Amino acid sequence: MSTAALSTRGLDKSFGSLVVAKNIELDLPRGARYALIGPNGAGKTTLINLITGMLKPDKGRIFLETDEVTALKPEERVRRGLARTFQINTLFPHLSALEAVTLAVCERRGYAGTWWQKLPAYADAVEEAYAILLSLRLGASCYRPTRELAYGQQRLLEIALALATNPKVLLLDEPAAGVPQGESAELFSVIADLSQDIAVLFIEHDMNVVFRFARRIIVMVGGRILVEGTPGEIAADARVREVYLGGAHHG
Amino acid sequence: MTSFAASEPQRYLEAQIRWRPLEIVFWLATLLPFVLTPNYLLLASQIAITALFALSLDLILGYAGIVSLGHAAYFGFGSYTAGLIAKWGWGEPLTGLVIAAAAAGMLGYLTSFIIARFRHLALIMITLGLGLLLAEAANSASWLTGGADGLQGVRMWKLLGMFQFDLYGTTAYSYSLLALFLLFLVARRVIHSPFGLALRGIRENAVRMPAIGAPSPAHIRKVYTIAAVMAGVAGALLAQTTETVSLETLSFQRSADVLVILILGGAGRLYGGIVGAIIYMVARDQLSGVNPQYWYFWIGTLLVAVVIFLPNGILGGLARLMPSVRSRA
Repeated sequence: MSTAALSTRGLDKSFGSLVVAKNIELDLPRGARYALIGPNGAGKTTLINLITGMLKPDKGRIFLETDEVTALKPEERVRRGLARTFQINTLFPHLSALEAVTLAVCERRGYAGTWWQKLPAYADAVEEAYAILLSLRLGASCYRPTRELAYGQQRLLEIALALATNPKVLLLDEPAAGVPQGESAELFSVIADLSQDIAVLFIEHDMNVVFRFARRIIVMVGGRILVEGTPGEIAADARVREVYLGGAHHG
Repeated sequence: MTSFAASEPQRYLEAQIRWRPLEIVFWLATLLPFVLTPNYLLLASQIAITALFALSLDLILGYAGIVSLGHAAYFGFGSYTAGLIAKWGWGEPLTGLVIAAAAAGMLGYLTSFIIARFRHLALIMITLGLGLLLAEAANSASWLTGGADGLQGVRMWKLLGMFQFDLYGTTAYSYSLLALFLLFLVARRVIHSPFGLALRGIRENAVRMPAIGAPSPAHIRKVYTIAAVMAGVAGALLAQTTETVSLETLSFQRSADVLVILILGGAGRLYGGIVGAIIYMVARDQLSGVNPQYWYFWIGTLLVAVVIFLPNGILGGLARLMPSVRSRA
């Protein structure tokens, strides 16, 4: 069996009597472009929180390649190549985009503990941050404070911050949330163009986008994985139509 | 573009940390008391010491977002350390200062393990509790600290073997001002370093920090220790220049005052604590001469007015009027 970039084995989580994750088994191969879909409350964001360590699972194990990371803190998982973005912008409002991404690069390169050297002295970190911003078409606005950026640019900055950690696995929680429909395809083309070394799992509600950009789709309902398959298989799956698509769309 | 020239992003970051002309004017102006108000050099020395104390609070509050109501613990610890060393027969100021700084830093490092685990209200209560704890310990250990009478018998030697701590405060102010300036340079470098950027990250969004791989607790422990060292130096300066140490150096009042001073001046702006200290101490000196019992009435009024109308402090208000003062933080 070839090693997946990310796998979970038997993840369980409940809040009291509410089961939010039940026996989650997931394998994300290298370079994956997987969509995670499901109705509201299906436990999609919870699953990302479990995988990244922001929530502790009641049971189960999480692996990055062959290393188990279940006991690691969120920041330790990030340093091992597991990055995420947030559904609601979780940015640094008063830092410029360049400063924010440079910060993430400095953390990865181990510069962020240095207090006796000036930041601009770390030309390599600054250049790398700038290159990431350029690749996401944020080069022209990167000197402005984050809170002054247009909403769509802030969504891109979410991704830029995650990329600055040099991830092997990238979990995107509704990357286009709140972005007008026309622009969301543009945002997803950025995601589709990411390096093939990065395994991407994204949560998305817009089925047009999901069927266009995902190579495989995982459907979650009530904290369980209902089915996983190619877009064709998912579109044809009777159970998916019943619980999620309501039988009418993409038939 | 040649490889020797700094790139545009680097030039932008360089411009953020450049010395402004107003900063140079400000530091030159700190020499004016020697000429203009030679009778007030002891007050000027106290202002410099308070400014240094406020600057150390700014590092943790203004940059890392750690609210402390017990910062006097480190000030007082430095003060008693410096006082006791001199009392026990080693009155050399500079080594005393270094030892006091190290002692306060050690206390800061030990307590930082608790501090780094909490935020918000819990943090305020913990810092408050630690401060009260230490103040009460010093009160009880009167055989060591002199208790409510204060530490008596502190005798300082000449600074560098040449300058006596005189009644006019010429040596005191020179000494305090130089210490303030040197540690200001350190603080300035800290906030302009990659570490300083990480601190601003913690202040701006503590939730995002772990998601970019940042070990926030380690950053907080480090800055807390640095701030404790600076507060300890401030306390030691007070002990050495006044040749006495009282329980007041550890009191809740001192913790609250320095917080008020920093908020008045403007937190997170490096100069906020210094400007706040000047305004606060000069106003107290002047107003308490008129009617001392109303001093806190006026400070209370000023504090409420500043927080309502100038939420970023006096410097923040000025920065809105004059782009040249605008802080990069």
